[in-house]
Amino acid sequence: MSVDRATVRRIAHLARLAITAEEEARLEKELSGILDWVAQLDELDTSNVEPMTRVAAMTMKKREDRITDGFCAGDILKNAPMADDHYFVVPKIVE
Amino acid sequence: MTKLTDLTIAEAREGLRAKSFSARELAEAHIDAIDRANDALNAYVLKTPERALEMADASTARLKKGEGGALEGIPLGIKDLFCTKDVRTTACSHILDGFTPTYESTVTANLWAEGAVMLGKLNNDEFAMGSSNETSHYGPVVNPWRRKDSSVKLVPGGSSGGSSAAVAARLCMGATATDTGGSIRQPAAVTGTVGIKPTYGRCSRWGIVAFASSLDQAGPIARSVRDAAILLKVMASSDPKDTTSVDMKVPDYEAAVDRGVKGLTIGIPKEYRVPGMAPEIEKLWQQGVEWLKAAGANVKEVSLAHTKYALPSYYIVAPAEASSNLARYDGVRYGLREKGADVISMYENTRAAGFGAEVKRRILIGTYVLSAGYYDAYYLKAQKVRTLIKQDFDQAFETVDAILTPTTPGPAFALGEKSGDPVEMYLNDIFTVTVNMAGLPGMSIPAGLSSEGTPLGLQLIGCAFDEETLFRAGRVIEEAAGPVFKPQDWWSKR
Repeated sequence: MSVDRATVRRIAHLARLAITAEEEARLEKELSGILDWVAQLDELDTSNVEPMTRVAAMTMKKREDRITDGFCAGDILKNAPMADDHYFVVPKIVE
Repeated sequence: MTKLTDLTIAEAREGLRAKSFSARELAEAHIDAIDRANDALNAYVLKTPERALEMADASTARLKKGEGGALEGIPLGIKDLFCTKDVRTTACSHILDGFTPTYESTVTANLWAEGAVMLGKLNNDEFAMGSSNETSHYGPVVNPWRRKDSSVKLVPGGSSGGSSAAVAARLCMGATATDTGGSIRQPAAVTGTVGIKPTYGRCSRWGIVAFASSLDQAGPIARSVRDAAILLKVMASSDPKDTTSVDMKVPDYEAAVDRGVKGLTIGIPKEYRVPGMAPEIEKLWQQGVEWLKAAGANVKEVSLAHTKYALPSYYIVAPAEASSNLARYDGVRYGLREKGADVISMYENTRAAGFGAEVKRRILIGTYVLSAGYYDAYYLKAQKVRTLIKQDFDQAFETVDAILTPTTPGPAFALGEKSGDPVEMYLNDIFTVTVNMAGLPGMSIPAGLSSEGTPLGLQLIGCAFDEETLFRAGRVIEEAAGPVFKPQDWWSKR
């Protein structure tokens, strides 16, 4: 197994996913299976290969730094599970 | 008279202009077909009949005045990955429950600007992660095709399974779809429809729910090569809101359709002859070669040496980018929120309740390969493999104009047949995923029926931004294969 139970727990916490003990056991097996399968890439020597960063040669488009959008707080908050007076409401963070 | 729902977009366009029928009649025929079919097929996750009729009447008014766009009055289905203003958009995930965008994706805005009519939102695998449409929060889509003398439910492919099923079952004239590893071409192949993923950068990604941003592209699924050309012309555009959209004029793809393949050279990649390939797939591929030769093309073998590494590197790149893109679903700004003792547990509980098993699996793989100490070994390595895959194609395209391959390793499989092992499911994309990794255009054309009586497709791969050659060669295959790709209607309630 390339991934053990503790690693699954650590990764799930990094990904902010609550998982049950049952899921842990299943994921340990599934993630190991996938990682073992992708390990075949080790056959390739890529020490002198540049990573691909774009599909077609093009330089990133730039635009003038000015405001083109905004003043739509109502739109932005429209789908929020909890909002109050143009703020998103979240559980208390600072005691 | 042919039923209105059986017309191609090209035929309906003529009929509307000649006033043989109205845009409202055309919309109503489709709304009725959807109402009678959707319980059995589950292709639509949201029907928008009022919006459709409103848009159809506006089309009629424009047509009356002799105005009207390229898709005036044409009823389309929209994959639920495209944000549609004031119309629920969920990517078929529980975590986006009730999300109603306040903006319109660029691709759909382009369609409406040319007069297209929206019938509703189409089912897909959750966040487009799947090859069978079985991961949708709204349940699986059923393929309108059945095996000979069988009523076993088959999958419509994925992730654009609602799009492929709806187009095949005549529940819309064409549909939008997206393709990250094969999600347009694979469902098109197993439903007897035409699907094209254009070159990365051809269609704006703005307003499309993101899966893997360096791979995602939008494209159409339609019932003919010409219809796919008509749709892609409108969907593609240069968009300042997506920095990866290219500043290139969109060609008149429809004009390319009838140009034929005389003098073109088509490449056959020897590495696509994978071990254990079904003899009927091999035979279909050879048939495709013969058809193109008969139409005047030259055919030669090419080598795409790194083909076998495309799928494993894809399953690093795609989950890595997905884990990053899906970090935004935190229960704060939109969608589902579950309670928690503090803000972290609120995030964790929300994401645990909101994402399905396949999405969680990919988020975790992505988080793992991007975590401290692993970046170089996985993500960077995979991006280097992409360079090798791209170089293979660059070399091949020095001597050929397009490449012909099968689209899928086999015909549609049954619901539940491949859900046990994730890697087995991933292998469905073995022929399509290389194209995304290299950013190239790829098209699937219905080419024959399997021994089970269900459709099989051939794939054409083109040079970057040369979709026109795909439409030319695609039309030759379509014409040679003949008009056999209509499933028998078993799904409509009388």
